[in-house]
Amino acid sequence: MKIPYNEELRPDTGLYNAKLGIWLFLASEVMLFGALFSAYIMLRSSNPYWFDIKTILDVPLATFNTVLLISSSVTMVMSWVSLKLKDLNKFKLYLGLTLLCSFGFLIVKYFEYSAKFAHGYLPSYSTSLACYFTMTGLHVIHVIGGIVVFLYLLGPGIKMWDSEPERYTNRIEVIGLYWHFVDLVWIFLFPSLYLL
Amino acid sequence: MSEHHQESFWTKYVFSQDHKWIGIQYGVTALFFMLFGFALMIVMRYQMVHAGTISPDTYNSFGAMHGTIMVFLGVVPVIVGAYGNYLVPLQIGAPDMAFPKLNMASYWCYFLGGVTMLTGFALPGGAANSGWTSYPPLANIATTGQTVWLLGMLFLIASSLLGSVNIIVTTVQLRVEGLTWMRLPFFVWAQLVTSFLLVLAFPPLQAAGIFQLMDRVVGTSFFMPSGLVVGGEVHAAAGGGSPLLWQHLFWFLAHPEVYVLILPAMGIVAEILANNIRKPLWGYSLMVKSVIFLGFMSFIVWAHHMFLTGMGQGMSMFFAITTMIISVPSVILLTCFILSLWGGSIRYNTPMLFALSFIPMFGIGGLTGLPLGLPLSDIPLHDTYYVIGHFHYVVAPGTIFAIFAGIYFWFPKITGKPLNEILGKVHFAFSFLFMNLFFMPMFFQGLAGLSRRLSDGGQSYAHAQGVIHYNDFMMYASWGLAVAQLPFIINIIMTLIKKTDENPDPNPWEATTLEWTAAPSPPVGHGNFPEIPSVYRGAYDYSVPGKDKDFIPQNEN
Repeated sequence: MKIPYNEELRPDTGLYNAKLGIWLFLASEVMLFGALFSAYIMLRSSNPYWFDIKTILDVPLATFNTVLLISSSVTMVMSWVSLKLKDLNKFKLYLGLTLLCSFGFLIVKYFEYSAKFAHGYLPSYSTSLACYFTMTGLHVIHVIGGIVVFLYLLGPGIKMWDSEPERYTNRIEVIGLYWHFVDLVWIFLFPSLYLL
Repeated sequence: MSEHHQESFWTKYVFSQDHKWIGIQYGVTALFFMLFGFALMIVMRYQMVHAGTISPDTYNSFGAMHGTIMVFLGVVPVIVGAYGNYLVPLQIGAPDMAFPKLNMASYWCYFLGGVTMLTGFALPGGAANSGWTSYPPLANIATTGQTVWLLGMLFLIASSLLGSVNIIVTTVQLRVEGLTWMRLPFFVWAQLVTSFLLVLAFPPLQAAGIFQLMDRVVGTSFFMPSGLVVGGEVHAAAGGGSPLLWQHLFWFLAHPEVYVLILPAMGIVAEILANNIRKPLWGYSLMVKSVIFLGFMSFIVWAHHMFLTGMGQGMSMFFAITTMIISVPSVILLTCFILSLWGGSIRYNTPMLFALSFIPMFGIGGLTGLPLGLPLSDIPLHDTYYVIGHFHYVVAPGTIFAIFAGIYFWFPKITGKPLNEILGKVHFAFSFLFMNLFFMPMFFQGLAGLSRRLSDGGQSYAHAQGVIHYNDFMMYASWGLAVAQLPFIINIIMTLIKKTDENPDPNPWEATTLEWTAAPSPPVGHGNFPEIPSVYRGAYDYSVPGKDKDFIPQNEN
């Protein structure tokens, strides 16, 4: 049995199944992070004794992380384009770079977190820190999720390139959409938590 | 790659990727959960008359778990997980769901979530006991059962996300040739709108669940106000959180969830009505537009559950107005059902009896909701048995009757064997009687002011004295309702062990939609249809003038 439109586009919608699926998933992710940001705004604006975390957060490190994530989004697109151009080696190079950037992001995040913990700034210290750790923590989980998929697609998953190249390219496009979303969330998180 | 690989027991019956089997897994699991939730209620009703049978704490956890199990582990998995999974691909002519592996993952997430929640009963302090709404700060300081409840909830949210994305993609992408949007059976529309509600409304509860988990496990104060005193001591938390935030996030899901409960039920009723009045549904396109509008509106009515929180008059006014607006499409849908009956030659079989009784029962449930949607009348009624009566009329004789109707209607499709009509009618008559005897007194008790969360049924509560005698009556009614389900269970077992016909009639109800007209009963293993059908007409071509039979299948040119 074969599911229709797994790789080819359905004429009237112009989509293959997974592309619609990932957009719906991202819509639900927008609602998840939307709820987190709304909660952050509500908690912050209704609390006259808000502990200002700007003073303790490391803006240069976070800026570096922002650059890393945005670069990884660019290399992500490049890897998909390389596949479209049937250049497997370039694809591997660019997806490898994406992977490198995302690991870099996690390492920086690790140093940021451990510096906070070392000073006793735990999530329970204040609601502002609770927001910081919960929101960036969920974002980190999303980054890790992306890394797992990258590793799979570069490792055992790459066999599909030989059997169903079209479908493999679609997979890269879909994970790319997800990765841009993860990047975008960080672009919102960075100013709201570190700068404002 | 070979498409016809041999299937082992495990891949066929346990980790199946066939939407039909997953639908059955969902249905059977959820019906058992419902039976369990029902049993909790029987104990609670007994306790209300014979106070002291169980401790007040146990009563609280039974109450919280009854609500949670019925909504999240019972009704929604049946009506979306089972019906949506089994019927949507069949009705649109698809070989399976768009993502069979995710579909399997969805069922197993649901199963894990349910089991996780139930482990709460074995923990010290028992299962979650802060109500199915889990309002903080009470839920934040409750026993460990609440942590398990939250973990289970995260699984259930993941499950519903996977399932609903699947249903949407399947409906959009896998409709067969000729099946345009306005030719879809109304059931598919209802499932589509419901799935959008699940995709968009559940994530805020996920956020809220994560916050509450952080509060309970890591000691944050998302929902903890400053200076909370617990057991005579100031609670050791940073404070500065907002209990109201939980209510907003919770009801942002839980109001659309009400429509998740009712819309697929309306879809089932629409299918069965059209089939048994032998004429097209009145106002099909109006119904489709109403259901879409209902879906949109359901996102901006949530705070009508919160009139008593003092969130401000402006807010209350806004949500009262949107609540009145959302009642309009619901009434349109119900009116379409009633007008459809006009002039039909109605067949009174068991599914039709359940479907017909859905109309007045949901009508009572809906109309008694109006006073709850207006702040002025909601404030005295809030948290009384009136509210319990209202939503049980919507969900129990409403949605659950639709579920029963669907089981009697599609059982011959799933097994090739029809259920016994006499036992079915007995099941219907007594369920209908005892449902009403059970839930109607709740309105009287609630109007008298009886609060909903008293473990002694109101014996120590001044307001209750005039209406407390109903508790005995309702306990007997609950037993009657339990006994009334026996014919149903016997019927299912009897029919299942009966020998299957050599060639079961694939279309015993003479229906028009694809699951009956293009697929055998039961449908063929993987792929559903012996050959891929094409669709030439709308879903309800019954009694078309000038034709020699009174129904024309959708796939007949």
